[in-house]
Amino acid sequence: MEGRMNHPLLEITDFSFLIGAKKILNGISLAVREGDFLSIIGPNGAGKTTLLKCIMRILTGGHGEIRLAGRNLEIFSQKELASWLSYVPQGVEILPAFTVLEFVRMGRYPHLSPFSTFTQTDEAAVERSLSLTGMEPFAHRYLNTLSGGERQQAYIAAALAQEAKVLLLDEPTAFLDPRHQVEVLATLKRLNRETGLTIIAITHDINSALLSDGEILAIKEGKDVYQGPAGGILSADKLENIYGTGFLKLQDSRLPQFLVLPEGLL
Amino acid sequence: MKPAPKRKKILLLLVILAVLVLAGSPLLAPTPLSIGEILRFEKGGLDAQIFWDLRLPRVCLAFLAGAGLAVGGMAFQAVFRNPLATPFTLGVSSGASFGAALYVYLGIAFSVLGLPGVSIFAFIGGTCSILLVYSLTRLKQGFTTATLLLAGVAISFFFSSLILFIQYLGRVTHSFRILRWLMGGLDAVEFDSVLRLLPFVLAGVIALACLVRELNLLTLGDEIATARGMHVPRTKKIIFFATSLMVGGIVSLCGPIGFVGMIVPHICRLLVGPDHRVLLPATLLFGGTFLVLCDALSRSLIAETMIPVGVITALFGAPFFLWLLLSGVFSERS
Repeated sequence: MEGRMNHPLLEITDFSFLIGAKKILNGISLAVREGDFLSIIGPNGAGKTTLLKCIMRILTGGHGEIRLAGRNLEIFSQKELASWLSYVPQGVEILPAFTVLEFVRMGRYPHLSPFSTFTQTDEAAVERSLSLTGMEPFAHRYLNTLSGGERQQAYIAAALAQEAKVLLLDEPTAFLDPRHQVEVLATLKRLNRETGLTIIAITHDINSALLSDGEILAIKEGKDVYQGPAGGILSADKLENIYGTGFLKLQDSRLPQFLVLPEGLL
Repeated sequence: MKPAPKRKKILLLLVILAVLVLAGSPLLAPTPLSIGEILRFEKGGLDAQIFWDLRLPRVCLAFLAGAGLAVGGMAFQAVFRNPLATPFTLGVSSGASFGAALYVYLGIAFSVLGLPGVSIFAFIGGTCSILLVYSLTRLKQGFTTATLLLAGVAISFFFSSLILFIQYLGRVTHSFRILRWLMGGLDAVEFDSVLRLLPFVLAGVIALACLVRELNLLTLGDEIATARGMHVPRTKKIIFFATSLMVGGIVSLCGPIGFVGMIVPHICRLLVGPDHRVLLPATLLFGGTFLVLCDALSRSLIAETMIPVGVITALFGAPFFLWLLLSGVFSERS
């Protein structure tokens, strides 16, 4: 991809994180380059969300090193970090009655000083975010009146307004029906392809990760067990080992590669 | 959506209401005052004396206290993302009340530079409670909302129990004085009280006004606030100290006047929405106006006696709030 840096934008080396005595992350290493689309998969409780929160510094502490643009993450002020990384949580929280526009405008926080007002650059960033996510018609709707899919797009729009280089998403298609899943994934792919935005997304939908045309990081019991091209995860029973269940590989001439189905479903 | 011009209009209406109530309330009484005499500043004139020396300072004190309590409640509701949070949630009022109760129990009487001993004791009690809650929260890493809230509630119960203990040990007259103090009141009627309270409210409100964007982000949750670039623990500490000191000052002088700090922010949220850039001035104006009105009622309801204002706030405020909530006028936001 054009504009990619040779050295990784985000580099994690032998990173571990404990909650109490329990090791949630256990020596994870990871490298993400600018413009990558990385899907993080793994069973429940594997440490995926914890990893994302450590990168975003929502959780602090841990052993090992996280480097962003060649600098140790701990050096960044929170505001500076927010101009590099933006984050979309799972989106199940009850939100106050802000309108979508008010919510997206709050995404400009890292670019504003305490007493500064909104500039044309800020307004333009907000408009662009609404446009990229197709949320313009919903700008004046209250967040608490949106459907799950619309709310997810609003979250993404607010994160985009931050104009960060990396977008981290925690299960962006969870709780969505197939149509809205497709819409959200299409938005993410378009952002990655057209704007060069680096995307790191946790997902339980292995097939959407396989079709993302990016890389996959698989985590099991806090350890990274695979990182590489999406298709590579299908070889040598890797998925079976990660999830502890068998998978059927399905092929269709219209698909670029195999898709999978848990055997237990049959 | 409440478009910006509509919100501005509501703010303007609140300003007009505040001015009208501030101007009209000192005149309200079972026996009307002569406006002519008041305006002539007649020396020795009883009506002028009542107006300038008693009523006006009292009304100003009520406005300041109401504004501070309401803004404090608004800030804590944002930090805890809990509609039941009040400016007293973290125990500052219990600490102050314990200070006041101890003063009454010890039977001492003193004042420093005109400041009554009971207020000094109350302020020390409130400050102790703030420091205790802060230290306990710091013991656990991260200054989390859950720890802050639980430490505050525990300290609040602790001081409340101490107050009960003191009441049990003390004489009946002590108990009555303590109970009367706990009802809250605006009995300090000279302008000095207003001047003593002003710096607390001013400092608290200015600090919170500088943090309106942060308050907005906190209502979205700590994770989103952090992801947007806010240093959540540091911001919470500033809000905690700014609010607690302001509320500590108010409670020391006026007692723990309830209800204003919890319900006024809700009423204002229904009126202008959750954006703190508008919500803060609205809450400040309405909180002040509301307490001035309650005080006017407390002076006027029963001739020759003044009902403690803390009794009036909920007695009239609760039905008003329920009417707003259930009328459906503001259903969009609620």
